[in-house]
Amino acid sequence: MTEPLLQVRDLSVLFPARRGAPPVKAVERLSFEIAPGQTLGLVGQSGSGKTTAGRAILQLQKASEGSVRLMGQELTTMRSGELRRMRRHMQFVLQNPYSSLHPRMTIGQILSEPLQVHRTVPANRIRERVAELLELVNLDPAMMKRYPHEFSGGQRQRVVIARALAVNPDFIVCDEPVSALDVRTQAQIVALLQSLQEKLGLSYLFIAHDLAIVREMAHRVAVMFRGRIVEMGSAAQVYDSPAHPYTQLLLDAVPVPDPVLQRERLRRPPPDLRFLDGNGGACVHGVDHARAGTPEWHEVVPGHGVSCRYWPKGAGREAA
Amino acid sequence: MTGPLLRVRDLTATVTTRREVIQAVRGISFDINADEAVGFVGESGCGKSVTAKTLMRLAPEGASIGLGGSVAFWGQELLGLGEDEMRDLRGRRIAMVFQDPMTSLNPVMSIGAQMSDMLRRHLGLSVRDARARSVELLNLVGIPDPARRIDDFPHQFSGGQRQRVLIAIAISCEPDLLIADEPTTALDVTVQAQILRLLLRLREERGMALMLITHDFGVVAGMVDRVNVMYRGEIVEAGPVDDVFARPQHVYTRALLDAVPRLQGAGAVR
Repeated sequence: MTEPLLQVRDLSVLFPARRGAPPVKAVERLSFEIAPGQTLGLVGQSGSGKTTAGRAILQLQKASEGSVRLMGQELTTMRSGELRRMRRHMQFVLQNPYSSLHPRMTIGQILSEPLQVHRTVPANRIRERVAELLELVNLDPAMMKRYPHEFSGGQRQRVVIARALAVNPDFIVCDEPVSALDVRTQAQIVALLQSLQEKLGLSYLFIAHDLAIVREMAHRVAVMFRGRIVEMGSAAQVYDSPAHPYTQLLLDAVPVPDPVLQRERLRRPPPDLRFLDGNGGACVHGVDHARAGTPEWHEVVPGHGVSCRYWPKGAGREAA
Repeated sequence: MTGPLLRVRDLTATVTTRREVIQAVRGISFDINADEAVGFVGESGCGKSVTAKTLMRLAPEGASIGLGGSVAFWGQELLGLGEDEMRDLRGRRIAMVFQDPMTSLNPVMSIGAQMSDMLRRHLGLSVRDARARSVELLNLVGIPDPARRIDDFPHQFSGGQRQRVLIAIAISCEPDLLIADEPTTALDVTVQAQILRLLLRLREERGMALMLITHDFGVVAGMVDRVNVMYRGEIVEAGPVDDVFARPQHVYTRALLDAVPRLQGAGAVR
């Protein structure tokens, strides 16, 4: 395997105790890698820690432990000047295309800003580069004179993507990039992100609660629950043979565009959400991790792993 | 009573904002029968939300609206009705759940106060009865420990719970028609499934008609009897939901259906 572009090891984020409330472990011992030109999908419900994980990787949120290496460089201990120089390699695309563009700036000004900050092109070439960026996301370069309110949600998201691309990044965290858009626009943005990945060799961390969208985008998928990854594997492994009951629960909740099947699915009794913590004694796979000192992780097949945490007792399968 | 619960004929709506005049609804006609669930599917700007608001005689924010055609509710024409008469109907006979549960609740009033307000105004309940009824309703929509939660404020509820509270408020006066405008768009898939199950259950238990508005064909699939597809202010296709999914006639309907992302794989769809 080639050297990973991004390597995350045991990354944890702890939000300190506030007003009598205990500290919150928002992200706990996250470990994964993303190869160049690949996408890792990160799925889970709101509050599962997906967004915090993305922010901690980009060093927008302080990690309490763990390591994040981008292109072989450790980010968590980097000094701020050095980190600022690293920022042109890693960018962020956020959910809401309405609030992430300044309403009083033209599209041209919005796209010039990162070019000036990172000085990636000489001043006399900025306009040319802005036109190039708009073309890259399939927008008319003439649009640079216009303001965000003149654009539809899908067009604004294209502008947001163009801004992320301005500095020629290697890695982009896309946090729910299409969830505020209509389905047809979602499909167009997904296609755009895929073609840009092919063209520019980008790596994505694609964060979304919509499993169907992630299936289209991701090479590998990690499922998060309560701050931890409970299952990870190739998209085909996780979607076609989910191992963790939480993954199955998420998959069962996705509406299917088939009235007969969907009617039947909605009539099933709602799933039991009382996940147990699986503390003490043997796990569902029959391993006592506390005694053996092993992580709560089981390899189903090569490249596909599952945690035995949050696995209701009695719902276990045979030891993997 | 005979005839459909709602009979809409040649409805037009012209929305005037500071910036522009939009012909949002261009002469649409449809019926909703009692006990029936009808889906309205289309993308933003197609006029589906304006249609819903028109039935409640609400104008989009910061805009005025000019209406034409006819909207008959149990045979009574709504478009010429005075605001007093309309206020009596709104919330009581026709109720609405909006997409964003945070902005549709008053942030500085407890949930109980907001619910009681409605019950006292429309049903003339006493303070004590309104409170008891509110607890019952919260229980009905699946809010755990409702007697304690009733004095909480909107920000103390999760997104899914706020949507349940809104549904509780909407059904509190036992309306004949519930309009749900993108009721699950802001929610996680698991919470979305819970809210859809809740709407399905309430409709069956109370024999209430449902108008479900969404951009997502996956959401209407298991929920409605008939579906109307809207594009640029017009209904471009209408029919029983199974037919529209199996044999979409209009090219736009096909495009919308094709855009629904699918989960392939044996483990995924059970």
